[in-house]
Amino acid sequence: MAIPFSYIIRNLITRKLTTLLTAGGMALVVFVFATVLMLEEGLRKTLVETGSPDNVVVTRRSAETEIQSVINRDQAAIVESQPEVAYGINNVRLTSKESVVLISLIRRGSDKSSNVLIRGVGKTGILLRPQVKIVSGRMLKPGLSEIIAGKSIADRYNGAGIGEKLYFGKREWTVVGIFDAGNTGFDSEIWGDVDQLMQAFRRPVYSSIILKMNDPTKFQALKARIEGDPRLTLGAKKESIFYAEQSQVLSNFIRYLGVALSGFFSVGAIIGAMITMYASVANRIMEIGTLRALGFRRNNILSAFLTESLILGAVGGVIGLVLASFMQFFTISTMNWQSFSELAFGFTLNSSIIIKSFVFALIMGLIGGFLPAVKAAHLSIVDSLRAV
Amino acid sequence: MGNSSEAIVHIKHLTKSYRRGEQTVPVLTDITFDIPTGEFIALMGPSGSGKSTLLNLIAGIDKPDSGILKVGGTDIALLSEGELADWRAANIGFIFQFYNLMPVLTAFENVELPLLLTPLSFKERQERVELALVMVGLSDRMEHYPSELSGGQQQRVAIARAFISDPVILVADEPTGDLDRTSAEEILAILDRLNKEMEKTIIMVTHDPHAAKTAHLIRHLEKGELDVEN
Ligand SMILES: Nc1ncnc2c1ncn2[C@@H]1O[C@H](COP(=O)(O)OP(=O)(O)OP(=O)(O)O)[C@@H](O)[C@H]1O
Ligand SMILES: [Mg+2]
Repeated sequence: MAIPFSYIIRNLITRKLTTLLTAGGMALVVFVFATVLMLEEGLRKTLVETGSPDNVVVTRRSAETEIQSVINRDQAAIVESQPEVAYGINNVRLTSKESVVLISLIRRGSDKSSNVLIRGVGKTGILLRPQVKIVSGRMLKPGLSEIIAGKSIADRYNGAGIGEKLYFGKREWTVVGIFDAGNTGFDSEIWGDVDQLMQAFRRPVYSSIILKMNDPTKFQALKARIEGDPRLTLGAKKESIFYAEQSQVLSNFIRYLGVALSGFFSVGAIIGAMITMYASVANRIMEIGTLRALGFRRNNILSAFLTESLILGAVGGVIGLVLASFMQFFTISTMNWQSFSELAFGFTLNSSIIIKSFVFALIMGLIGGFLPAVKAAHLSIVDSLRAV
Repeated sequence: MGNSSEAIVHIKHLTKSYRRGEQTVPVLTDITFDIPTGEFIALMGPSGSGKSTLLNLIAGIDKPDSGILKVGGTDIALLSEGELADWRAANIGFIFQFYNLMPVLTAFENVELPLLLTPLSFKERQERVELALVMVGLSDRMEHYPSELSGGQQQRVAIARAFISDPVILVADEPTGDLDRTSAEEILAILDRLNKEMEKTIIMVTHDPHAAKTAHLIRHLEKGELDVEN
């Protein structure tokens, strides 16, 4: 049997302040690490869930986003008549020819403006997005200057609340409803009737066509036909992939920034743990010598001190994760550089992030405690007993 | 040589020196002597004469440069680091001048430490620890931490820790060196009982002639050499 756990724990408790400061340093790093992973996960979840797997987005092949894409009416008609298109009740073709424009809106309670995406949708637009639900007011009526706003837009921008009016495209538009898109990217959009919007902006072309497939396994055939048609110059992507790709740059940025930040801070926390553990060894040289004399082996000493620093890491990990879990109550909204529009997303904590962060904390503890523990295990018994 | 089989410690031409920077400092030069089983021996001598060094060699926490060093029939100079640790746990009980108790452990837990290296169950350990603490007169102090005990009481806890795993030899380096007269007497009385009743071989280093009188045999060490046996 090894050196008792109570000996390790009580030594940590005896040095309460040092223990807390050291664990606190690691907690901070774990907090940063977990927060960044949560942010990346939140973004991924928001954009991936924006798309449905059996929907296809057709845009101009050279365009990375809907904003840059142009599809004329003839091309739209060809896409809509593809055999893979699903039919809904009353034999309605489940396609939505859409046109998106960016407008600048002023934030509530400030004079700063941001780009907000206005999406002109067809009658089937909402049918194609089952996650979009009207939560107050009503659906817009086609043929009128009516719009509905995503919930994160309604809250944050002047004139975007229910019953309020927005002025763009040389017209006044009334917000008749607010929709909840289940924390997907649509929550950061305003929707109107596609024909009204195209008239207002004097835009003769669509941006994208969304279609639901009657058989998602036939996607490759559809894609090959659309992309191979010389009249079209269009590209087709599954909607979920289309949105996931839109988050790639931002997601990579968050990840690299996060890795760089946590890496940088972790060096500090590891050095902190190392200093603490060296002090812990130095303060107990005679105890170590005594334990060795009593018959405890080098390995026992090594594992006792490694355990001690692992506990420091574990305490830091738990504190850091508890702090990070509060971030779930916050939503962040930022510019998605790929679509040039506002995107709101939250911090999402999941078990994989908890495990990664905790392991990260343990690794910091292990690295910080390694050299001190090796030193403790290799002290000469006689020398440590003389060190009174 | 005939009595070397009875000797629990058999030392012949033992030398030990320490390296200090470039030069080697000889500490023990050609020590030859035996300690019979069950003996209570006091090692005396001026400071720096090598008493602690000799004791540490016998106790297996230091290695000799040359010579024969057999303790309890084992040539301990030949043991590996790990084997030596197990050997100490089984054969040697340590008593230090400054008690060397773990400050974060109670008297009970300090005495229990050596038993954690044995296969005894908690129940068995508990019985033995309680018995040992009764023997040193501390049955009412089991849950006390060292800082809550007097020097004499701490040394009694340390003695209980030294004999708890029933080793054949107890080594004590100035066990009364930090104690007042009364406490010192108590400690010496316990050591005497351990020697007489439990037949422990005790090797004690001391500066105090009074303490040395408790022992049956006194040997003097001077400049790394033992006096001639009388
Ligand atoms: N680990 C060591 N490294 C270097 N020199 C040492 C070491 N241990 C002991 N010495 C030296 O060896 C000599 C004998 O030391 P030792 O501790 O055995 O003496 P001692 O007789 O116990 O003295 P004291 O009565 O003061 O305790 C001293 O000169 C000491 O400085
Ligand atoms: Mg000494």
